[in-house]
Amino acid sequence: MIYLDYNATTPCDPRVVEAMLPFFSEFFANPSSLHRPGQEARRAIERARSTIASFLGAKEEEVIFTSGGTESSNLAIRGVAQALRKKGTHLVTSAIEHHAVLNVFRSLEKEGFSVTYLPVDANGIVHPEELKKALRPDTILVSIMHANNETGVLEPIADLARVAHEGGAIFHTDAVQTVGKIPIDVTVLGVDLLSASAHKFYGPKGVGFLYIRKGTPIAPQILGGHHERGKRAGTENVPGIIGMAKACEIAQEEMGEEARRVGALRDMLEQGLEERVPDIHIVSRNVPRLYNTSLVLVAYVEGESLLLNLDFEGICVSSGSACTSSSLEPSHVLLACGYPHELAHGSIRFSLGKWTKEEEIFRVVAVFPKIVEKLRAISPFSKGR
Amino acid sequence: MYSEKVLEHFRNPRNVGRIEDADGIGKVGNPICGDVMVMYLKIRDNRIEDAKFETFGCGAAIATSSMATELVKGKTIEEALQITNRAVAEALDGLPPHKMHCSVLAEEAIRAAIEDYRARGRKGE
Ligand code: FES
Repeated sequence: MIYLDYNATTPCDPRVVEAMLPFFSEFFANPSSLHRPGQEARRAIERARSTIASFLGAKEEEVIFTSGGTESSNLAIRGVAQALRKKGTHLVTSAIEHHAVLNVFRSLEKEGFSVTYLPVDANGIVHPEELKKALRPDTILVSIMHANNETGVLEPIADLARVAHEGGAIFHTDAVQTVGKIPIDVTVLGVDLLSASAHKFYGPKGVGFLYIRKGTPIAPQILGGHHERGKRAGTENVPGIIGMAKACEIAQEEMGEEARRVGALRDMLEQGLEERVPDIHIVSRNVPRLYNTSLVLVAYVEGESLLLNLDFEGICVSSGSACTSSSLEPSHVLLACGYPHELAHGSIRFSLGKWTKEEEIFRVVAVFPKIVEKLRAISPFSKGR
Repeated sequence: MYSEKVLEHFRNPRNVGRIEDADGIGKVGNPICGDVMVMYLKIRDNRIEDAKFETFGCGAAIATSSMATELVKGKTIEEALQITNRAVAEALDGLPPHKMHCSVLAEEAIRAAIEDYRARGRKGE
């Protein structure tokens, strides 16, 4: 199998699994228990918190454990909206956010908040001037993703956060695609809230964190015991948290080298495809984007049929085609960038990672042109017709 | 999510291409996801002698196109008009619920191609 869907999820690093294992049966106690085993579990998760905090340039008490990126973003957005409702009811986000963010805003709209969805340029970049124009005296929160999961494009978060703060709003970023891939310092970014998910960077599924800058007003969304400083109830996912901290440790040490290696492979892939397949377009190729992501639009064919054919060859990718989404709508990200429906329909995302090998890229570059050719022979839109 | 038969027809679609001197051509689009299917029919003495297709769409759309051309071949026009999208889907051992709409494309393409054939006949009279 050639796995090129690392933006969807990653396999756990064996070192992460190893770090987690003792916390299933041996150190299983509840960190809220007062006995010694409980306190031992407590110490382990507090050590993990400290590792993650220093990985982010944050204070320990600013890191809250959650069940993953979706919960983190729900807590951040809904939590601030609720806490500041009396101050204002205007919220700002972008048209290209992940559904874990977009759908929270849509539900807040039904609850009486008004939301501005900022447009993006043809490369998928949110411009700080657009944010400036959108801010109002009653704007309480701005949420813009750090990197887009489909295109890999990096948003100018530091500038956007500054503009939001000048307007008196709180700033959240969904950093699910960047944490563990590129260095992040929350003070350099200047954000108030930052969401992350462990399984996107070789940690386990079902665990994530939310960075909450000290003093940021936030209402808890999961109610119960007094866990996580009252911001998120529920017994902590101890093995998950330990695994996530280990994944951060590994990322800290290895991400520089990974970026060089994987970036070179990604460029090789794009060059190879471009040379061998006519009428393809590589999205946002010339703007800052994640080194592991390549979004390719293939004219005249549909993404699901490309994906299935690649799967027959043992190559795992994803697609933004309408036919692959349960809503039967093409990627909202590509539409927001101004791509026509038909082109968005033929989108294939390659996302590389730690275990991607050069031979695998050679194989994809060899197989892909044949698949495209076969599907174009079936298509009524092929060139010259 | 797809049956073996769907995957088989998707992998090796039958009757791909166009018929240059077709007697009826049906071009239909899927309003839901934006896919397109074109069916070409060769008709003699009220019987469908040959059928070919071109499709821009998902795995289910390609497989149903392939199956639809197989089903109409050799049938009289009246028989072909009886073919429903359900029949096409059943011939493929079923489709996932959210892919049933793709088979509608096949049924509509058959109807549109026959309609085109009849319209040409009326013009010729
Ligand atoms: S043709 Fe688009 S979902 Fe089947």
